[in-house]
Amino acid sequence: MIIWRLVPLIAAALVLLPVGVIVSSLFSPANDVWQHLVQTTLSSLLVNTFWLVLGVMAGTALLGISLAWVTTIYEFPGRRFFSWALLLPMAVPAYVTAFVALGLFDFTGPIQTTLRAWLSSDLSWFPDIRGRAGIIIVMTLAFYPYVYLLARNAFLSQGKRSLEVAQSLGFNRRQGFFKVVLPMARPWIAGGIMLVLMETLADFGTVAVFNYNTFTTAIYKAWFSMFSLPAASQLASLLIIIVFAVIVVEQQFRSRMRYAEHKRTERLQRIQLSGWKKWLVTSFVLSVLFWAFLLPVTQLCWWGIQSFTQDFDVIRYLEFLWHSLMLSGLAALLICLVVVAVVYAARRNPNSVTRFAVRTATIGYALPGTVLAIGVYVPFAWLDGQMSEWAWNWLQIETGQLIQGTLFTMLIAYLIRFMAVSHYPIDSAMHRITSNIDEAAMSLGIHGWEMIRKIHVPILRPGIFTAATLVFVDVMKEMPITLMTRPFGWDTLAVRIFEMTSEGQWEQAAVPAVTLVLAGLIPIFLFMRQTEK
Amino acid sequence: MDQILLQLKNVRQAYGEQVVIHDISLILRKGQIGCLLGPSGCGKTTALRCIAGFERISAGKILLNGACVSNANFCMPPEQRRIGMVFQDYALFPHLNVADNIGFGLHRLTKAEREWRVDELLRIVHLTGLSKQYPHQLSGGQQQRVALARALAPRPALMLLDEPFSNLDVSLRQQLSMEVRNILKDQGITAILVTHDQAEAFAIADEIGVMFQGEIQQWDTAFNLYHRPINRFVADFIGQGVFLPGKIIDDQHVEIELGILKNVVSQQWESGYDKNAKDCVVDVLLRPDDIVYDDSSLMRATVVYKAFLGAEILYTLCLNSGAKVLSLIPSHHNHMIGQEIGIRLEIDHIVAFKQAL
Repeated sequence: MIIWRLVPLIAAALVLLPVGVIVSSLFSPANDVWQHLVQTTLSSLLVNTFWLVLGVMAGTALLGISLAWVTTIYEFPGRRFFSWALLLPMAVPAYVTAFVALGLFDFTGPIQTTLRAWLSSDLSWFPDIRGRAGIIIVMTLAFYPYVYLLARNAFLSQGKRSLEVAQSLGFNRRQGFFKVVLPMARPWIAGGIMLVLMETLADFGTVAVFNYNTFTTAIYKAWFSMFSLPAASQLASLLIIIVFAVIVVEQQFRSRMRYAEHKRTERLQRIQLSGWKKWLVTSFVLSVLFWAFLLPVTQLCWWGIQSFTQDFDVIRYLEFLWHSLMLSGLAALLICLVVVAVVYAARRNPNSVTRFAVRTATIGYALPGTVLAIGVYVPFAWLDGQMSEWAWNWLQIETGQLIQGTLFTMLIAYLIRFMAVSHYPIDSAMHRITSNIDEAAMSLGIHGWEMIRKIHVPILRPGIFTAATLVFVDVMKEMPITLMTRPFGWDTLAVRIFEMTSEGQWEQAAVPAVTLVLAGLIPIFLFMRQTEK
Repeated sequence: MDQILLQLKNVRQAYGEQVVIHDISLILRKGQIGCLLGPSGCGKTTALRCIAGFERISAGKILLNGACVSNANFCMPPEQRRIGMVFQDYALFPHLNVADNIGFGLHRLTKAEREWRVDELLRIVHLTGLSKQYPHQLSGGQQQRVALARALAPRPALMLLDEPFSNLDVSLRQQLSMEVRNILKDQGITAILVTHDQAEAFAIADEIGVMFQGEIQQWDTAFNLYHRPINRFVADFIGQGVFLPGKIIDDQHVEIELGILKNVVSQQWESGYDKNAKDCVVDVLLRPDDIVYDDSSLMRATVVYKAFLGAEILYTLCLNSGAKVLSLIPSHHNHMIGQEIGIRLEIDHIVAFKQAL
């Protein structure tokens, strides 16, 4: 059927639409606002982005690799607990870690206040958390799990073994680590760092809280403060060029990962650490977990309790919660439906065009939310204009805005960004239905809808469930798209956090943030259950 | 006799409560190829890893060239032991080409020396011309050779091979195991191999230790393991065969259903048995080659199953008593299942064990 050929192409076109719109704005003549931006802020944006990206990459690499190494190769008190607990920071959106850090370390925050009281000093030496180093540390603590997870995978499958090979060839353990283990794990580590890089470039919430100007905040301001859509799109086009350069590099690493894959051969015997060494490792790992997860979450809970006892508006909270759940649910439903259709189509027509279309459809995850919001807004606004003109000319009806600022626009933007998230689990599930399974079913007299119902749906169900959960949680935490495309009155938990934190009202943001953290824990537990099987 | 290169004295290894190796002793002389053979989980790989220094031992000691490298309190790091190791999955470095893989352990040589040695090794393992290829571009057999060359490169005192052929298909396995033996012998390398495949062990090793439950049951040549197994486990594990009940007449004779057997190799009899006790009941091991086909024989047996092996057919025969024996008969004697054929015993020595309770 022709429709099956078209589904992946439509999905790919949907992703290419905002990219095309944004990139084409590069060629449209520069306007006054853009001129102004180039003269005033562009260089500082580039410098800020450069140092942020560099710092976060270095920080996550250092933290991710060292944590992965100690948890795979050494035995120390609490190792089993820490090896999964180190993933917990993934549950906390970076912008939440950010505002908690600000609230904690700011001049009026509890830490400086306490220190001032104790030391009776003005604490002028205390470093400003709002500086570049502060945001780099916060983002490192929020994003290191990506590197940790991938490096750990590499070390688990080959770390101990390659260390032994090196030793059998006359290298000691330290030489072995730097000469063999690290080079062999390079594709994985680089893959993790690339993910961090993309997250950092796409981040809006954290830099917004810190008032650290990068492309994403500049795009937002160009649109909402200067009301200049052309300037916003031109900024977005610069950002998108950087992102695509990253994607090209990342694909290179990914292709190298494929042939370097090892199967896990035997149960790993970990190296027993002696005396003080094991406690040193434990305290290092514990301190990372403390700063990245325990401290922020404890502080959030404390603020949450405080705001409850004061003037907590339960009705409004429930309204935000309802909007978040509603949007996430709708997005999960829509995205899973589309992705199942795409994956089915790819299965029926496994040719190079389809494969290319599917790959294109899944790069949407790399598009920063601010860029995507503009990339979706521009064509929809144009379409709206055309439609209302047509309706006025032919039907004499005043239509107003039909699609701009509706849930539809928002869901399309979510779809573009999160198709990749649900593609992986659904695609893996689909790969379990081999053509032999279909043929076995047919040889037993089952085909058509009956086969889908009796064979395909049960096999796909866990994959779809995982995909839906991942999308649900990701949409709940999503900030820039929601902020920029939401219909009037559709404030969600993430939007509420943005609004409260931009006014420095940390306590007001705490309860929504705790809710998001709780939701964020779900995929981590899902992941753990899967890996433990 | 050549000098002793490797000696294990009452080695014991345990992970906490779980004892993997109970008590192992063995001696390997310079230039010899030894093998640890046993079913999975018998502790053979752990024994190898103890020799390599990847695992500590909890009692006993390991001597390499007369020097103690492991005891309960000490474990010389693997990199100082001058061992070479071929891993089961080869563990080649995927990011290095063949030449760099082989030259990896030669970091103390100059560049020219290293290149010369790598070229030499490529010749030895017949991989000349593939030096610029990457591991994923090689076949399984080629990867195996690279792994061997990489381990040989630093001229190790002792070569350790951990199930080196288990990832290859059967035909390649035989060819390559012969080749590996020739290479090791040519280079005068002392080696110890771990495997669960007896054909492989027979093809490569001079001396084989059959391992079971963390102990070496018998350390001997292939011939002796087959013909003079020291206990029931070795008799069962090596080769094929069945046990028939027999009655002892005197220290030279045992009577079984098929007649009286002479010339007992009495030391094969499991210890604790009093060989002078008359009428004592034992189990006598009959290998398939102990029973030959003889049309004129009065001794008859019925064919109940046959397996065609090419040159021979392995028949399962049912005796009058209902006991079953195996017989290897040249394959031009093609008998039907259910047919009665004449058989004759051809045994030069008896292997008998105290009857299992």
